[in-house]
Amino acid sequence: MPSTSPAAERDVAGLGRARALGFVAPALVVIGVFLVFPAVWTLYLGLLDYSLTGAGAQAPTFVGLGNYTEALGDPAFTRSLGLTLVYVGGSAVLGQNVLGFALAWRLRGAGKVVRSGLTVLVLLAWILPGSVVAFLWQALLDRRGGTLNALLGTTDQAWVLDHPMWVIVVFNIWRGTAFSMLLYTAALSSVPRSHLEVARMSGASGWQQLRDVVLPTVRRHVLTNTLLITLWTFNDFSPYLLTGGGPNGASEILPVYVYREAIIGGHLGYGSAISLLLLLANLVIAVFYLRVLRGRTEAT
Amino acid sequence: MTRPSVVARLALCGLATSALLSGCVGAKEAGDAADPSANADAKDVTLVVSANDVKGGKNAAEAAWIEDEVIPAFVAQQKAKGVTAKVTFNGAGVEDEQYKTKLELNLRTGSGSDVFAADGIWLGELAAAGYVKPLDDVVGDAAKDWDGWDQISEAVQANLSFKDQRYGIPNGTDGRVLYVNKTLFAKAGLPADWQPTSWDEVLDAARALKKLDGVTPLQVNAGVPMGEATTAQGFLPLLAGTGAPLYDEAKGTWQGATPGVTDVLDFYRQVYGEGLGDPRMQQDKAGRDQSFAEFAQNKIGILAEGDYFWRSVICPSEEDCGATSMKNRDEVVGWAKIPAKQPGTGVGGQDFVSVSGGAGWMLSPKTKYPQQAWELMALMSSKEMQEKLSEAQIRVSARADVNAETLENDPLLSFISEQVLPITTYRPSDEAYNEVSLAIQQATADVVSGKSPQEAAATYAKSLTEAVGAEHVAGG
Amino acid sequence: MNPVVRTLLSRVGGYVGACLLVVFFALPLLWLVLTPFTPNPTYRASLSGVTLDNFRALVDNPQVWPSIRNSLVLAGGSALLVVALAALAAYALSRVRVPGRDQLLYALLLLSSIVTGTAAMVPLFLMLFQLGLIDRQVGVVLVLTGGLLPAAVFMLKDFVDSVPRSYEESARVFGAKPNQVLRHVVLPVIRPGMATVGVWALVQVWGNFLVPYVLLANPSKQPAAVVMYTFYDAGGQPDFALISTFALVYSVPVVLLYLVVNRRYGFAFQGGIKG
Repeated sequence: MPSTSPAAERDVAGLGRARALGFVAPALVVIGVFLVFPAVWTLYLGLLDYSLTGAGAQAPTFVGLGNYTEALGDPAFTRSLGLTLVYVGGSAVLGQNVLGFALAWRLRGAGKVVRSGLTVLVLLAWILPGSVVAFLWQALLDRRGGTLNALLGTTDQAWVLDHPMWVIVVFNIWRGTAFSMLLYTAALSSVPRSHLEVARMSGASGWQQLRDVVLPTVRRHVLTNTLLITLWTFNDFSPYLLTGGGPNGASEILPVYVYREAIIGGHLGYGSAISLLLLLANLVIAVFYLRVLRGRTEAT
Repeated sequence: MTRPSVVARLALCGLATSALLSGCVGAKEAGDAADPSANADAKDVTLVVSANDVKGGKNAAEAAWIEDEVIPAFVAQQKAKGVTAKVTFNGAGVEDEQYKTKLELNLRTGSGSDVFAADGIWLGELAAAGYVKPLDDVVGDAAKDWDGWDQISEAVQANLSFKDQRYGIPNGTDGRVLYVNKTLFAKAGLPADWQPTSWDEVLDAARALKKLDGVTPLQVNAGVPMGEATTAQGFLPLLAGTGAPLYDEAKGTWQGATPGVTDVLDFYRQVYGEGLGDPRMQQDKAGRDQSFAEFAQNKIGILAEGDYFWRSVICPSEEDCGATSMKNRDEVVGWAKIPAKQPGTGVGGQDFVSVSGGAGWMLSPKTKYPQQAWELMALMSSKEMQEKLSEAQIRVSARADVNAETLENDPLLSFISEQVLPITTYRPSDEAYNEVSLAIQQATADVVSGKSPQEAAATYAKSLTEAVGAEHVAGG
Repeated sequence: MNPVVRTLLSRVGGYVGACLLVVFFALPLLWLVLTPFTPNPTYRASLSGVTLDNFRALVDNPQVWPSIRNSLVLAGGSALLVVALAALAAYALSRVRVPGRDQLLYALLLLSSIVTGTAAMVPLFLMLFQLGLIDRQVGVVLVLTGGLLPAAVFMLKDFVDSVPRSYEESARVFGAKPNQVLRHVVLPVIRPGMATVGVWALVQVWGNFLVPYVLLANPSKQPAAVVMYTFYDAGGQPDFALISTFALVYSVPVVLLYLVVNRRYGFAFQGGIKG
């Protein structure tokens, strides 16, 4: 969470408590009714032996922490958690973050054609619907007539079966970089140009400008972006479209595991319990990010 | 933090609202008991029909049939009685799992349709949850005395029955066979009118086909990505060939790691372990589509599939079947009944076996117009309407009189209707079936990826015990 | 190293990098470029002749155009609501000191990840049923807005935080009213942020399948993302002619909106703060 600067303690805008309340209220009402309430309800389902069909729908029994102990004792869950960490770390924290920032930084100075061309490409990957994206990647990676095999001259190379984790990590970088790029582009545009000019005139290289002028200004955006894409990638179900969690569970990240248990298997209560575990994992990671970023600012 | 902040107070307000909401949710959810005679004499009737099909998309023919044939006919029928009927069709056209989830949410609140399409294997779950009720309770005598039942065989009726009570009218059924590519058979020196009588003969034919270059001899659905196809097209027909059904209704037990289950898994080991089948295709999410494509390109010798494959995947019309259509289907593709493990070892001492399924029409117990909803269902299942549907899209109807007239021009479908349906088995409509099926899919996946049949059977028995309880598991 | 050589090398390196990136992002899209125009579309990316017949299927399909309109209503409505509510809340939260606000904001963000999951569909459906919002687009908009708001506030607050408070103070010293400060000082600076959040919200709603599918009963109210899933032929095989052409039509509004937003409000705005 961004640290509060001392200036914020004063009401500089002359907003006043009443008006500030009026500003926040609409958002909070919508969030309270359409987010907090169903979310808390979902968490409550996690304490039940709840399902949408069968006897568990008519009279769900209270199982307390039963779903949680079951999850933690299930080797499929622990393996899935490990795969999820690899997936999030590789595709979001490193992949999307770094590539998104690099694109935003480099495209600033690029010509108009290159900039809009590349931006639209990156954007398309982000906005196409899941069903179409599944076909795109099937066409790319197919064993027999896939584009990648045709380009590389490999025959009968089943990428999805032989390197499932690589496939979904690369896929998610392709799919999600647009968001980081957009956010960083907007963030960079709020870096005062004059600061950069001063740095450039004093002979700083591109890298030095980046390190000394830009990064300190956008540090907060880096934290926000990393927090958000971590959270989203943790809950990202789209790799299912490519690998179905296979072969034999080798790419079964947690959202896919939840889908298999909650929707295909019908154990909604269990699925809700896993949602809370996912949330806690995210909390731990967020605290870790804060430590790291705070540590770094104190060092400089 | 000395006093509650503005935000915290607001959050509290939100929670209070939420608590209020949850109170009224609890109160309003109680369903009212069904009264068969409710609104039986109403002059204005509004009904909603839903099915997983949509014009211009999935199952377009059925959607068109409902909108252009059934609904106008129903409105006219009611008008003759002096009743103004308004019927809306809510078509979907999504994956079955998604259709099912939405259906269940609607049934739970009573907010959805009055008449809906549902797969027979969902019935156990829906009934156990109290979402559907027997026709006798919801409709009463009109359903008991319907003349159409005479045309629907007991076995097909059972597909939409639960604990010996009818819940709906079956719309159609299907059957599984072994498809063969006659061109490849000729090249491998195998007879064109091939009909194996044991598993070994199937494997022998596959071994002969293996000598051909670039040909996958035998593909039997296995693994998790294939979903229910693995159970219905692969495992269950094989298990039926070992003598006992998966679920013993009388005892209420499921087969665990029995010799039959191990035999089936060992058959899978021979197919995929000896390279007679392509194990990778069974692990790939798009594997079933790949198998369709390869069969259409004359690259698969024997494929176990349902009649759906014949009429909707490899049909000669490119417009209907797209890239997998086979112009010369009728000359190249042959079929054979699925043999029992040995002659006479199938369920009921049969030599040949199959597995069937099918969907049908059910009604919501919370419908405001139970009699009129039933009349709509009965109209949909009438000879006239069923013939119209079969004309729009060739298939095996639930009605014998319709099949007698519509199937004569299709050799495979008449074969299924005449030779396969008499020997077929239906999947149990028990509410645990879905979970058992998932355990079966995993067991076949284990064998395909190299585990021994015994090991896979043991894992399967363990998942089964977790799902249904040890007292409902037979063998070990 | 000679500075000229260094500049040259970094230029070349830049171009090579840009080319690689273009290939990486474009390669999977190849199918989408070729398939709409190929006579026999399959799941492979290939071109066996050029035809426009596939677009006829699109024109004939009764679901296509209404579904795009529905998407515009749902996505446009949600995006506007998200941006407006989030900007107001972010500004107030940034400028007025409330203890624990960051923690609260993050807690809401975490909760939003639960509501987007499949397990939450049951509570959401039952709740909207009680509120009489089933089969109404406003219900879908509210649910989606609720799910997107925490992240939107989170992002926008960073942008407001980066507006130096001295601007507002000096504006106030010169007698500007709070509303004027807001409009003339704060709004121009957080505009790129609002544009980003708006595009993001639009994309999230545009591609959402589950929420509209479950909450809307009448097929004529369904958005394009739901209709896209129904393009299968009689036998359940994907109808590639329709899918590929519709995917093109489906993407155009979002790309256009992005370009318009970008030009008018967004990212072209650079270096507004001459510090």
